[in-house]
Amino acid sequence: MGQADVLVFAERREGQIKRPVLEALTAARKLATAHGGEVSALALGPGAAAHAAVAGQYGARRLLVVEAPGLELYAPEAYAVALAAAARHVEAAVVLVPATAMGRDLAPRAAARLATGCLSDVTDLEFDPRQGLRARRPVYSGKAIATVAIPKARPAFATLRPNVFPAEPTESPPAAVEPLQVAELAATPRVRVVRVEKAARGELDVAEAAIVVSGGRGLRAPENFKLVRELAEVLGAAVGASRAVVDAGWIPHAHQVGQTGKVVSPQLYIACGISGAIQHLAGMSSAKVIVAINKDPQAPIFKIATYGVVGDLFEILPRLSEAIRRLKAEG
Amino acid sequence: MKILVGVKHVPDTAARVRIAEDGVSLDEREIKMILSPYDEFALEEALRQREARGEGEVLVVSAGAETAQATLRQCLAMGADRALLIQDARYDRADGLARARALAAVARREQPALILVGKYGVGTDEGQTGPMLAELLGWPHAAAVVRLQVHGERFEAHREIEGAVEVLEGPLPAVITTEKGLNEPRYPSLQGIMAAKRKPLDVVSPQALGLDAEELGPGQRVVWERLELPSPRPACRTLEGDPDTVVAELVRLLREEAKVL
Repeated sequence: MGQADVLVFAERREGQIKRPVLEALTAARKLATAHGGEVSALALGPGAAAHAAVAGQYGARRLLVVEAPGLELYAPEAYAVALAAAARHVEAAVVLVPATAMGRDLAPRAAARLATGCLSDVTDLEFDPRQGLRARRPVYSGKAIATVAIPKARPAFATLRPNVFPAEPTESPPAAVEPLQVAELAATPRVRVVRVEKAARGELDVAEAAIVVSGGRGLRAPENFKLVRELAEVLGAAVGASRAVVDAGWIPHAHQVGQTGKVVSPQLYIACGISGAIQHLAGMSSAKVIVAINKDPQAPIFKIATYGVVGDLFEILPRLSEAIRRLKAEG
Repeated sequence: MKILVGVKHVPDTAARVRIAEDGVSLDEREIKMILSPYDEFALEEALRQREARGEGEVLVVSAGAETAQATLRQCLAMGADRALLIQDARYDRADGLARARALAAVARREQPALILVGKYGVGTDEGQTGPMLAELLGWPHAAAVVRLQVHGERFEAHREIEGAVEVLEGPLPAVITTEKGLNEPRYPSLQGIMAAKRKPLDVVSPQALGLDAEELGPGQRVVWERLELPSPRPACRTLEGDPDTVVAELVRLLREEAKVL
Protein backbone atom coordinates (compact mmCIF):
# COMPACT_ATOMS: atom_id res chain seq x y z
CA MET A 1 0.00 0.00 0.00
CA GLY A 2 1.17 3.49 -0.78
CA GLN A 3 1.31 6.31 1.72
CA ALA A 4 -1.29 8.27 -0.19
CA ASP A 5 -4.17 5.82 -0.30
CA VAL A 6 -7.57 7.37 0.26
CA LEU A 7 -10.78 5.74 1.49
CA VAL A 8 -14.15 7.32 0.71
CA PHE A 9 -17.31 6.50 2.61
CA ALA A 10 -19.99 5.96 -0.05
CA GLU A 11 -23.17 6.92 1.76
CA ARG A 12 -26.31 5.25 0.44
CA ARG A 13 -29.88 6.28 0.93
CA GLU A 14 -32.66 4.01 -0.29
CA GLY A 15 -30.13 2.06 -2.29
CA GLN A 16 -28.77 5.13 -4.06
CA ILE A 17 -25.35 6.76 -3.93
CA LYS A 18 -25.67 10.41 -3.08
CA ARG A 19 -24.10 13.21 -5.10
CA PRO A 20 -21.78 14.35 -2.26
CA VAL A 21 -20.17 10.89 -2.51
CA LEU A 22 -19.26 11.59 -6.15
CA GLU A 23 -17.76 14.89 -5.02
CA ALA A 24 -15.73 13.10 -2.32
CA LEU A 25 -14.57 10.43 -4.78
CA THR A 26 -13.42 13.12 -7.21
CA ALA A 27 -11.55 14.94 -4.42
CA ALA A 28 -10.02 11.64 -3.28
CA ARG A 29 -8.83 10.86 -6.79
CA LYS A 30 -7.05 14.20 -7.00
CA LEU A 31 -5.39 13.78 -3.59
CA ALA A 32 -4.29 10.21 -4.22
CA THR A 33 -3.04 10.35 -7.80
CA ALA A 34 -0.74 13.28 -7.10
CA HIS A 35 1.29 10.95 -4.84
CA GLY A 36 0.86 7.57 -6.47
CA GLY A 37 -1.94 6.56 -4.14
CA GLU A 38 -5.11 4.68 -4.86
CA VAL A 39 -8.76 5.32 -3.98
CA SER A 40 -11.04 2.78 -2.32
CA ALA A 41 -14.68 3.24 -1.42
CA LEU A 42 -16.81 1.61 1.28
CA ALA A 43 -20.53 0.97 0.84
CA LEU A 44 -22.73 -0.67 3.48
CA GLY A 45 -25.95 -2.66 3.43
CA PRO A 46 -27.63 -5.16 1.10
CA GLY A 47 -26.99 -4.41 -2.57
CA ALA A 48 -23.90 -2.27 -1.87
CA ALA A 49 -21.93 -4.08 -4.59
CA ALA A 50 -24.25 -2.56 -7.21
CA HIS A 51 -22.29 0.70 -7.01
CA ALA A 52 -19.07 -0.71 -8.47
CA ALA A 53 -19.56 1.02 -11.82
CA VAL A 54 -20.25 4.50 -10.45
CA ALA A 55 -17.50 4.16 -7.81
CA GLY A 56 -15.05 3.21 -10.54
CA GLN A 57 -16.22 5.98 -12.83
CA TYR A 58 -15.45 8.61 -10.20
CA GLY A 59 -12.08 7.21 -9.26
CA ALA A 60 -12.26 4.20 -6.91
CA ARG A 61 -10.18 1.16 -7.82
CA ARG A 62 -11.77 -0.97 -5.12
CA LEU A 63 -15.24 -1.01 -3.62
CA LEU A 64 -15.33 -2.61 -0.19
CA VAL A 65 -18.78 -3.82 0.75
CA VAL A 66 -20.38 -5.06 3.96
CA GLU A 67 -23.78 -6.36 2.91
CA ALA A 68 -25.10 -7.37 6.35
CA PRO A 69 -28.88 -6.85 6.65
CA GLY A 70 -28.55 -4.88 9.91
CA LEU A 71 -26.82 -2.10 7.95
CA GLU A 72 -29.73 -1.27 5.66
CA LEU A 73 -30.50 1.91 7.59
CA TYR A 74 -28.04 4.09 9.49
CA ALA A 75 -26.67 2.55 12.68
CA PRO A 76 -24.11 4.96 14.19
CA GLU A 77 -22.03 2.44 16.11
CA ALA A 78 -22.01 -0.33 13.51
CA TYR A 79 -21.24 2.04 10.65
CA ALA A 80 -18.30 3.46 12.62
CA VAL A 81 -17.01 -0.04 13.32
CA ALA A 82 -17.19 -0.87 9.60
CA LEU A 83 -15.59 2.39 8.46
CA ALA A 84 -12.72 2.05 10.93
CA ALA A 85 -12.19 -1.58 9.89
CA ALA A 86 -12.13 -0.59 6.22
CA ALA A 87 -9.61 2.19 6.89
CA ARG A 88 -7.36 -0.31 8.63
CA HIS A 89 -7.87 -2.88 5.91
CA VAL A 90 -6.72 -0.61 3.09
CA GLU A 91 -4.18 1.17 5.34
CA ALA A 92 -5.68 4.47 4.27
CA ALA A 93 -3.66 7.63 4.79
CA VAL A 94 -6.79 9.75 4.36
CA VAL A 95 -10.48 8.99 4.92
CA LEU A 96 -13.00 11.29 3.24
CA VAL A 97 -16.66 11.37 4.26
CA PRO A 98 -19.36 13.64 2.81
CA ALA A 99 -20.46 16.19 5.45
CA THR A 100 -24.09 15.11 5.25
CA ALA A 101 -26.25 14.48 8.31
CA MET A 102 -24.92 10.91 8.32
CA GLY A 103 -21.31 11.79 7.58
CA ARG A 104 -21.06 14.48 10.26
CA ASP A 105 -22.27 11.92 12.76
CA LEU A 106 -20.24 8.95 11.52
CA ALA A 107 -16.78 10.39 10.75
CA PRO A 108 -15.87 11.57 14.28
CA ARG A 109 -16.98 8.28 15.82
CA ALA A 110 -14.88 6.27 13.37
CA ALA A 111 -11.93 8.64 13.85
CA ALA A 112 -12.12 8.22 17.64
CA ARG A 113 -12.09 4.45 17.15
CA LEU A 114 -8.73 4.86 15.39
CA ALA A 115 -7.53 7.52 17.90
CA THR A 116 -6.98 9.96 15.09
CA GLY A 117 -8.03 13.47 14.07
CA CYS A 118 -10.86 14.74 11.91
CA LEU A 119 -11.24 18.01 9.97
CA SER A 120 -14.95 18.86 9.80
CA ASP A 121 -16.95 20.36 6.96
CA VAL A 122 -13.98 21.39 4.83
CA THR A 123 -14.23 23.40 1.61
CA ASP A 124 -10.71 22.88 0.29
CA LEU A 125 -8.20 20.06 0.74
CA GLU A 126 -4.59 19.20 0.04
CA PHE A 127 -2.49 16.23 0.99
CA ASP A 128 1.17 15.43 1.02
CA PRO A 129 2.49 12.22 2.58
CA ARG A 130 5.12 14.19 4.54
CA GLN A 131 3.08 17.20 5.59
CA GLY A 132 -0.22 15.44 6.06
CA LEU A 133 -3.73 16.59 5.34
CA ARG A 134 -4.42 20.30 5.22
CA ALA A 135 -7.82 21.91 4.74
CA ARG A 136 -9.64 25.18 4.75
CA ARG A 137 -12.92 25.32 6.60
CA PRO A 138 -15.37 28.06 7.47
CA VAL A 139 -15.49 28.71 11.22
CA TYR A 140 -17.56 31.08 13.36
CA SER A 141 -20.37 30.13 10.94
CA GLY A 142 -18.47 31.43 7.96
CA LYS A 143 -17.37 34.69 9.55
CA ALA A 144 -13.78 33.45 9.30
CA ILE A 145 -11.86 30.79 7.40
CA ALA A 146 -9.43 28.54 9.24
CA THR A 147 -6.56 26.60 7.73
CA VAL A 148 -6.23 23.40 9.76
CA ALA A 149 -3.96 20.41 9.37
CA ILE A 150 -3.40 16.87 10.58
CA PRO A 151 0.37 16.63 10.09
CA LYS A 152 1.10 13.21 11.58
CA ALA A 153 -1.94 11.23 12.71
CA ARG A 154 -3.11 8.57 10.22
CA PRO A 155 -5.51 8.00 8.79
CA ALA A 156 -6.42 11.67 8.66
CA PHE A 157 -10.20 12.11 8.45
CA ALA A 158 -12.07 14.93 6.78
CA THR A 159 -15.73 15.57 6.09
CA LEU A 160 -16.43 17.50 2.86
CA ARG A 161 -19.09 20.16 2.63
CA PRO A 162 -21.61 19.20 -0.08
CA ASN A 163 -21.85 21.31 -3.27
CA VAL A 164 -18.34 22.73 -2.89
CA PHE A 165 -16.12 20.11 -4.52
CA PRO A 166 -16.80 19.25 -8.18
CA ALA A 167 -17.99 15.76 -9.18
CA GLU A 168 -16.08 14.78 -12.33
CA PRO A 169 -16.51 11.36 -13.93
CA THR A 170 -13.73 9.58 -15.79
CA GLU A 171 -13.65 6.72 -18.31
CA SER A 172 -12.35 4.30 -15.66
CA PRO A 173 -13.69 0.75 -15.38
CA PRO A 174 -15.92 -0.44 -12.51
CA ALA A 175 -14.26 -0.73 -9.11
CA ALA A 176 -13.27 -4.23 -8.02
CA VAL A 177 -15.81 -5.39 -5.46
CA GLU A 178 -14.31 -6.80 -2.27
CA PRO A 179 -16.53 -8.09 0.55
CA LEU A 180 -15.06 -6.91 3.87
CA GLN A 181 -15.28 -9.18 6.88
CA VAL A 182 -15.76 -7.18 10.07
CA ALA A 183 -15.46 -9.46 13.07
CA GLU A 184 -16.55 -6.80 15.60
CA LEU A 185 -19.97 -6.28 13.96
CA ALA A 186 -22.84 -7.55 16.08
CA ALA A 187 -25.70 -9.36 14.31
CA THR A 188 -28.08 -6.57 15.29
CA PRO A 189 -26.73 -3.08 15.95
CA ARG A 190 -27.52 -1.82 19.49
CA VAL A 191 -28.56 1.57 18.20
CA ARG A 192 -30.08 1.97 14.77
CA VAL A 193 -32.59 3.85 12.71
CA VAL A 194 -35.92 2.06 13.11
CA ARG A 195 -37.89 4.25 10.73
CA VAL A 196 -37.54 7.27 8.47
CA GLU A 197 -40.30 9.86 8.33
CA LYS A 198 -40.33 11.65 5.01
CA ALA A 199 -40.74 15.39 4.78
CA ALA A 200 -43.84 16.61 2.99
CA ARG A 201 -43.82 16.10 -0.79
CA GLY A 202 -40.21 14.95 -0.81
CA GLU A 203 -38.99 18.49 -0.12
CA LEU A 204 -35.40 19.23 -0.97
CA ASP A 205 -33.13 20.00 1.96
CA VAL A 206 -31.45 23.42 2.06
CA ALA A 207 -28.10 21.88 2.98
CA GLU A 208 -27.83 19.79 -0.17
CA ALA A 209 -29.72 21.81 -2.78
CA ALA A 210 -27.87 23.53 -5.61
CA ILE A 211 -30.37 26.40 -5.47
CA VAL A 212 -32.01 27.81 -2.32
CA VAL A 213 -34.84 30.36 -2.24
CA SER A 214 -35.30 31.86 1.23
CA GLY A 215 -37.96 34.06 2.77
CA GLY A 216 -37.88 36.45 5.68
CA ARG A 217 -39.91 39.06 7.53
CA GLY A 218 -40.46 41.00 4.32
CA LEU A 219 -43.07 38.39 3.37
CA ARG A 220 -45.23 39.97 6.11
CA ALA A 221 -47.36 36.87 6.78
CA PRO A 222 -46.82 33.10 6.82
CA GLU A 223 -49.28 32.47 3.96
CA ASN A 224 -47.10 34.60 1.68
CA PHE A 225 -44.42 31.92 1.84
CA LYS A 226 -46.29 30.47 -1.13
CA LEU A 227 -44.52 33.05 -3.32
CA VAL A 228 -41.16 31.68 -2.18
CA ARG A 229 -42.33 28.08 -2.59
CA GLU A 230 -43.58 28.79 -6.09
CA LEU A 231 -40.22 30.21 -7.17
CA ALA A 232 -38.40 27.33 -5.50
CA GLU A 233 -40.59 24.86 -7.33
CA VAL A 234 -39.94 26.26 -10.80
CA LEU A 235 -36.20 26.37 -10.05
CA GLY A 236 -36.08 22.90 -8.49
CA ALA A 237 -34.75 24.65 -5.39
CA ALA A 238 -35.00 24.11 -1.65
CA VAL A 239 -36.96 26.53 0.54
CA GLY A 240 -34.95 28.38 3.19
CA ALA A 241 -35.93 30.87 5.87
CA SER A 242 -34.48 33.46 8.18
CA ARG A 243 -34.35 32.88 11.91
CA ALA A 244 -36.98 35.57 12.50
CA VAL A 245 -39.71 33.72 10.60
CA VAL A 246 -38.71 30.34 12.05
CA ASP A 247 -38.91 31.75 15.57
CA ALA A 248 -42.29 33.26 14.64
CA GLY A 249 -43.48 29.77 13.71
CA TRP A 250 -44.08 30.48 10.01
CA ILE A 251 -41.99 27.50 8.89
CA PRO A 252 -40.19 24.61 10.65
CA HIS A 253 -36.62 24.92 11.88
CA ALA A 254 -35.34 22.46 9.27
CA HIS A 255 -35.59 25.36 6.79
CA GLN A 256 -33.58 27.84 8.83
CA VAL A 257 -30.40 29.14 7.23
CA GLY A 258 -27.86 30.83 9.49
CA GLN A 259 -25.83 30.41 12.59
CA THR A 260 -28.34 28.38 14.60
CA GLY A 261 -29.76 26.78 11.46
CA LYS A 262 -28.03 25.30 8.47
CA VAL A 263 -24.94 26.60 6.75
CA VAL A 264 -25.35 26.31 3.00
CA SER A 265 -23.11 26.75 -0.05
CA PRO A 266 -25.45 26.52 -3.04
CA GLN A 267 -24.72 27.69 -6.59
CA LEU A 268 -27.54 30.21 -6.30
CA TYR A 269 -29.14 31.71 -3.19
CA ILE A 270 -32.16 33.98 -3.55
CA ALA A 271 -33.00 35.96 -0.40
CA CYS A 272 -36.55 37.36 -0.46
CA GLY A 273 -37.45 39.96 2.13
CA ILE A 274 -34.44 39.08 4.29
CA SER A 275 -32.62 42.09 5.70
CA GLY A 276 -29.42 40.15 6.36
CA ALA A 277 -28.77 39.90 10.10
CA ILE A 278 -25.18 38.85 10.79
CA GLN A 279 -26.33 35.43 11.94
CA HIS A 280 -28.17 34.83 8.65
CA LEU A 281 -25.26 36.04 6.51
CA ALA A 282 -23.08 33.58 8.39
CA GLY A 283 -25.12 30.73 6.99
CA MET A 284 -25.17 31.63 3.29
CA SER A 285 -22.37 34.03 2.44
CA SER A 286 -20.36 31.27 0.76
CA ALA A 287 -23.05 30.76 -1.91
CA LYS A 288 -21.61 31.21 -5.40
CA VAL A 289 -24.24 33.71 -6.56
CA ILE A 290 -26.53 35.64 -4.21
CA VAL A 291 -29.65 37.47 -5.32
CA ALA A 292 -31.26 39.79 -2.77
CA ILE A 293 -34.78 41.10 -3.21
CA ASN A 294 -35.64 43.75 -0.65
CA LYS A 295 -37.42 47.06 -0.67
CA ASP A 296 -34.92 48.70 1.71
CA PRO A 297 -31.80 49.74 -0.28
CA GLN A 298 -29.88 50.03 3.02
CA ALA A 299 -30.49 46.37 4.00
CA PRO A 300 -27.18 44.65 4.92
CA ILE A 301 -28.01 41.75 2.59
CA PHE A 302 -27.07 43.99 -0.36
CA LYS A 303 -23.49 44.20 0.96
CA ILE A 304 -22.89 40.56 0.09
CA ALA A 305 -25.34 40.12 -2.79
CA THR A 306 -24.15 39.54 -6.36
CA TYR A 307 -27.35 41.01 -7.75
CA GLY A 308 -29.58 43.27 -5.69
CA VAL A 309 -33.16 43.96 -6.60
CA VAL A 310 -34.47 46.99 -4.75
CA GLY A 311 -38.19 46.55 -5.01
CA ASP A 312 -41.42 45.07 -3.78
CA LEU A 313 -41.10 41.30 -3.57
CA PHE A 314 -44.88 40.95 -4.04
CA GLU A 315 -44.37 42.39 -7.53
CA ILE A 316 -41.01 40.75 -8.26
CA LEU A 317 -41.50 37.15 -7.14
CA PRO A 318 -44.55 36.21 -9.27
CA ARG A 319 -42.91 37.76 -12.34
CA LEU A 320 -39.63 35.99 -11.65
CA SER A 321 -41.38 32.62 -11.24
CA GLU A 322 -43.26 33.20 -14.47
CA ALA A 323 -40.10 34.24 -16.38
CA ILE A 324 -38.23 31.15 -15.22
CA ARG A 325 -41.19 28.92 -16.00
CA ARG A 326 -41.15 30.28 -19.55
CA LEU A 327 -37.40 29.81 -19.79
CA LYS A 328 -37.66 26.17 -18.69
CA ALA A 329 -40.52 25.56 -21.12
CA GLU A 330 -38.34 26.83 -23.96
CA GLY A 331 -35.67 24.38 -22.80
CA MET B 1 -30.94 9.02 37.13
CA LYS B 2 -27.67 10.86 36.90
CA ILE B 3 -27.27 12.98 33.76
CA LEU B 4 -23.98 14.51 32.64
CA VAL B 5 -24.17 17.59 30.41
CA GLY B 6 -21.05 18.62 28.50
CA VAL B 7 -20.91 22.35 27.79
CA LYS B 8 -18.54 24.75 26.08
CA HIS B 9 -18.07 28.47 26.43
CA VAL B 10 -17.80 30.18 23.07
CA PRO B 11 -17.55 33.69 21.63
CA ASP B 12 -20.93 35.43 21.45
CA THR B 13 -22.57 34.50 18.16
CA ALA B 14 -23.60 38.11 17.52
CA ALA B 15 -20.03 39.37 17.82
CA ARG B 16 -18.07 40.70 14.88
CA VAL B 17 -15.06 38.50 14.24
CA ARG B 18 -11.56 40.04 14.36
CA ILE B 19 -8.35 38.10 13.91
CA ALA B 20 -5.66 38.45 16.58
CA GLU B 21 -2.10 39.50 15.73
CA ASP B 22 -0.83 35.92 15.76
CA GLY B 23 -2.91 35.31 12.62
CA VAL B 24 -4.41 32.13 14.00
CA SER B 25 -6.67 33.05 16.87
CA LEU B 26 -9.66 35.22 17.45
CA ASP B 27 -9.15 38.64 18.98
CA GLU B 28 -11.17 38.00 22.10
CA ARG B 29 -10.92 41.47 23.58
CA GLU B 30 -14.38 42.99 23.74
CA ILE B 31 -15.92 39.62 22.89
CA LYS B 32 -18.32 38.24 25.44
CA MET B 33 -18.08 34.50 26.05
CA ILE B 34 -21.39 32.67 26.24
CA LEU B 35 -22.73 29.16 26.77
CA SER B 36 -22.79 27.55 23.31
CA PRO B 37 -26.45 27.78 22.16
CA TYR B 38 -26.72 24.05 21.36
CA ASP B 39 -25.50 23.24 24.88
CA GLU B 40 -28.45 25.21 26.25
CA PHE B 41 -30.75 22.64 24.62
CA ALA B 42 -28.69 19.85 26.20
CA LEU B 43 -28.93 21.35 29.68
CA GLU B 44 -32.63 22.14 29.32
CA GLU B 45 -33.34 18.55 28.25
CA ALA B 46 -31.40 17.21 31.25
CA LEU B 47 -33.36 19.44 33.62
CA ARG B 48 -36.66 18.29 32.07
CA GLN B 49 -35.70 14.63 32.42
CA ARG B 50 -34.88 15.21 36.10
CA GLU B 51 -38.11 17.13 36.66
CA ALA B 52 -40.23 14.50 34.87
CA ARG B 53 -38.83 11.80 37.15
CA GLY B 54 -38.87 13.85 40.32
CA GLU B 55 -35.40 12.51 41.09
CA GLY B 56 -31.91 12.49 39.69
CA GLU B 57 -28.90 14.70 39.43
CA VAL B 58 -27.66 16.98 36.65
CA LEU B 59 -23.89 17.47 36.50
CA VAL B 60 -22.46 20.00 34.02
CA VAL B 61 -18.88 19.55 32.85
CA SER B 62 -16.67 21.76 30.73
CA ALA B 63 -13.05 21.71 29.63
CA GLY B 64 -11.59 25.14 29.02
CA ALA B 65 -10.10 28.32 30.33
CA GLU B 66 -10.76 29.77 33.80
CA THR B 67 -13.38 32.08 32.25
CA ALA B 68 -15.56 29.02 31.63
CA GLN B 69 -16.37 29.10 35.36
CA ALA B 70 -18.85 31.89 34.66
CA THR B 71 -20.56 29.74 32.03
CA LEU B 72 -20.80 26.85 34.48
CA ARG B 73 -22.22 29.19 37.14
CA GLN B 74 -24.90 30.14 34.61
CA CYS B 75 -25.71 26.44 34.14
CA LEU B 76 -26.08 26.09 37.90
CA ALA B 77 -28.41 29.10 37.87
CA MET B 78 -30.53 27.41 35.19
CA GLY B 79 -30.92 24.45 37.56
CA ALA B 80 -27.96 22.06 37.30
CA ASP B 81 -26.99 20.49 40.64
CA ARG B 82 -23.22 20.71 40.40
CA ALA B 83 -20.48 21.66 37.99
CA LEU B 84 -16.95 20.60 37.15
CA LEU B 85 -14.35 22.49 35.12
CA ILE B 86 -11.34 20.70 33.71
CA GLN B 87 -9.34 23.86 33.62
CA ASP B 88 -6.81 24.40 30.87
CA ALA B 89 -7.07 27.24 28.36
CA ARG B 90 -5.67 25.00 25.64
CA TYR B 91 -8.96 23.09 25.51
CA ASP B 92 -10.54 26.05 23.75
CA ARG B 93 -8.47 25.14 20.68
CA ALA B 94 -8.12 21.39 21.28
CA ASP B 95 -9.50 18.92 18.78
CA GLY B 96 -12.63 16.85 19.28
CA LEU B 97 -10.77 13.80 20.56
CA ALA B 98 -8.93 15.71 23.30
CA ARG B 99 -12.22 17.25 24.46
CA ALA B 100 -13.99 13.89 24.27
CA ARG B 101 -11.23 12.27 26.34
CA ALA B 102 -11.66 14.91 29.04
CA LEU B 103 -15.42 14.29 29.25
CA ALA B 104 -14.89 10.51 29.10
CA ALA B 105 -12.56 10.67 32.12
CA VAL B 106 -15.30 12.38 34.11
CA ALA B 107 -17.99 10.01 32.80
CA ARG B 108 -15.99 6.98 33.94
CA ARG B 109 -15.87 8.37 37.48
CA GLU B 110 -19.44 9.58 37.61
CA GLN B 111 -21.18 6.73 35.75
CA PRO B 112 -24.15 8.75 34.43
CA ALA B 113 -27.02 6.96 32.67
CA LEU B 114 -27.22 9.66 30.01
CA ILE B 115 -24.82 12.24 28.58
CA LEU B 116 -26.17 15.25 26.71
CA VAL B 117 -24.02 17.67 24.71
CA GLY B 118 -24.81 20.30 22.08
CA LYS B 119 -24.51 19.12 18.46
CA TYR B 120 -21.48 21.39 18.16
CA GLY B 121 -19.77 24.25 19.90
CA VAL B 122 -20.56 27.32 17.84
CA GLY B 123 -17.39 28.91 16.54
CA THR B 124 -15.34 25.83 15.76
CA ASP B 125 -18.55 24.27 14.35
CA GLU B 126 -17.13 20.74 14.32
CA GLY B 127 -19.61 18.45 16.03
CA GLN B 128 -17.01 15.85 16.96
CA THR B 129 -17.10 15.70 20.76
CA GLY B 130 -20.39 13.81 21.20
CA PRO B 131 -19.85 10.90 18.77
CA MET B 132 -16.19 10.63 19.85
CA LEU B 133 -17.15 10.55 23.52
CA ALA B 134 -19.64 7.75 22.83
CA GLU B 135 -16.97 5.76 21.02
CA LEU B 136 -14.43 6.19 23.85
CA LEU B 137 -17.01 4.97 26.37
CA GLY B 138 -18.28 2.20 24.09
CA TRP B 139 -21.80 3.62 24.34
CA PRO B 140 -24.42 4.16 21.64
CA HIS B 141 -25.11 7.70 20.48
CA ALA B 142 -27.60 9.73 18.51
CA ALA B 143 -26.54 13.08 17.08
CA ALA B 144 -28.39 16.34 16.31
CA VAL B 145 -31.53 15.18 18.08
CA VAL B 146 -34.74 17.23 17.89
CA ARG B 147 -36.93 14.94 20.02
CA LEU B 148 -35.90 12.60 22.82
CA GLN B 149 -37.87 10.08 24.86
CA VAL B 150 -36.40 7.92 27.60
CA HIS B 151 -38.38 4.84 28.67
CA GLY B 152 -36.72 2.75 31.37
CA GLU B 153 -33.42 1.56 29.99
CA ARG B 154 -33.99 2.69 26.40
CA PHE B 155 -34.19 5.88 24.38
CA GLU B 156 -35.91 6.96 21.20
CA ALA B 157 -34.41 9.93 19.36
CA HIS B 158 -35.53 11.86 16.29
CA ARG B 159 -32.95 13.55 14.11
CA GLU B 160 -33.38 15.67 11.02
CA ILE B 161 -31.56 14.46 7.94
CA GLU B 162 -31.74 15.73 4.37
CA GLY B 163 -35.45 15.98 3.63
CA ALA B 164 -36.57 13.50 6.30
CA VAL B 165 -36.49 12.60 9.99
CA GLU B 166 -34.68 9.50 11.25
CA VAL B 167 -35.97 7.77 14.36
CA LEU B 168 -33.28 5.91 16.28
CA GLU B 169 -33.67 3.50 19.18
CA GLY B 170 -31.01 2.28 21.52
CA PRO B 171 -30.13 1.31 25.07
CA LEU B 172 -28.84 3.49 27.90
CA PRO B 173 -26.29 4.57 28.88
CA ALA B 174 -25.98 6.69 25.75
CA VAL B 175 -24.66 9.98 24.44
CA ILE B 176 -27.20 12.32 22.82
CA THR B 177 -26.22 15.51 20.98
CA THR B 178 -28.87 18.20 20.83
CA GLU B 179 -30.19 20.31 17.96
CA LYS B 180 -32.33 23.44 17.93
CA GLY B 181 -36.00 22.50 18.10
CA LEU B 182 -35.57 19.97 20.92
CA ASN B 183 -36.90 22.38 23.55
CA GLU B 184 -37.05 26.02 24.60
CA PRO B 185 -34.26 26.63 27.12
CA ARG B 186 -35.33 28.45 30.27
CA TYR B 187 -33.79 31.64 31.58
CA PRO B 188 -32.17 31.50 35.00
CA SER B 189 -34.59 32.82 37.65
CA LEU B 190 -33.42 35.26 40.30
CA GLN B 191 -33.89 32.48 42.82
CA GLY B 192 -31.81 30.19 40.60
CA ILE B 193 -29.04 32.76 40.38
CA MET B 194 -28.95 33.11 44.17
CA ALA B 195 -29.00 29.32 44.66
CA ALA B 196 -26.19 28.86 42.13
CA LYS B 197 -23.79 30.72 44.40
CA ARG B 198 -24.03 27.94 46.96
CA LYS B 199 -23.87 25.00 44.54
CA PRO B 200 -20.58 23.11 44.11
CA LEU B 201 -18.33 24.15 41.21
CA ASP B 202 -15.19 22.06 41.28
CA VAL B 203 -12.07 22.84 39.29
CA VAL B 204 -9.54 20.17 38.37
CA SER B 205 -6.49 20.00 36.13
CA PRO B 206 -6.34 17.55 33.19
CA GLN B 207 -3.48 15.81 34.99
CA ALA B 208 -5.63 15.20 38.06
CA LEU B 209 -7.97 13.17 35.84
CA GLY B 210 -5.04 11.24 34.40
CA LEU B 211 -5.31 13.01 31.04
CA ASP B 212 -2.34 13.39 28.71
CA ALA B 213 -1.61 17.10 28.37
CA GLU B 214 0.69 16.39 25.43
CA GLU B 215 -2.25 16.24 23.03
CA LEU B 216 -3.16 19.79 24.07
CA GLY B 217 0.29 21.14 23.31
CA PRO B 218 2.95 20.55 20.68
CA GLY B 219 1.86 16.95 20.06
CA GLN B 220 -1.67 17.85 19.06
CA ARG B 221 -3.31 15.92 16.26
CA VAL B 222 -5.15 18.81 14.67
CA VAL B 223 -3.18 22.03 14.21
CA TRP B 224 -4.73 25.41 13.50
CA GLU B 225 -2.34 27.11 11.12
CA ARG B 226 -4.13 30.26 10.06
CA LEU B 227 -7.34 32.18 10.60
CA GLU B 228 -8.47 34.79 8.10
CA LEU B 229 -11.54 36.76 7.17
CA PRO B 230 -13.39 35.52 4.10
CA SER B 231 -12.40 37.32 0.92
CA PRO B 232 -14.84 40.15 0.30
CA ARG B 233 -17.50 39.43 -2.28
CA PRO B 234 -17.55 41.52 -5.45
CA ALA B 235 -19.70 44.65 -5.22
CA CYS B 236 -23.41 44.17 -5.63
CA ARG B 237 -24.96 45.03 -8.97
CA THR B 238 -28.18 46.85 -8.13
CA LEU B 239 -31.23 46.51 -10.36
CA GLU B 240 -33.89 49.17 -10.10
CA GLY B 241 -36.88 50.21 -12.16
CA ASP B 242 -40.23 48.78 -13.12
CA PRO B 243 -40.70 45.14 -12.06
CA ASP B 244 -40.93 43.72 -15.59
CA THR B 245 -37.65 45.28 -16.71
CA VAL B 246 -35.89 44.31 -13.48
CA VAL B 247 -37.01 40.68 -13.70
CA ALA B 248 -36.02 40.39 -17.36
CA GLU B 249 -32.58 41.83 -16.60
CA LEU B 250 -32.12 39.57 -13.54
CA VAL B 251 -32.97 36.44 -15.53
CA ARG B 252 -30.57 37.51 -18.29
CA LEU B 253 -27.73 38.07 -15.79
CA LEU B 254 -28.34 34.77 -13.99
CA ARG B 255 -28.31 32.97 -17.30
CA GLU B 256 -25.60 34.68 -19.30
CA GLU B 257 -23.24 36.22 -16.74
CA ALA B 258 -23.54 34.02 -13.64
CA LYS B 259 -24.51 30.92 -15.67
CA VAL B 260 -26.55 29.44 -12.84
CA LEU B 261 -29.83 28.95 -14.71
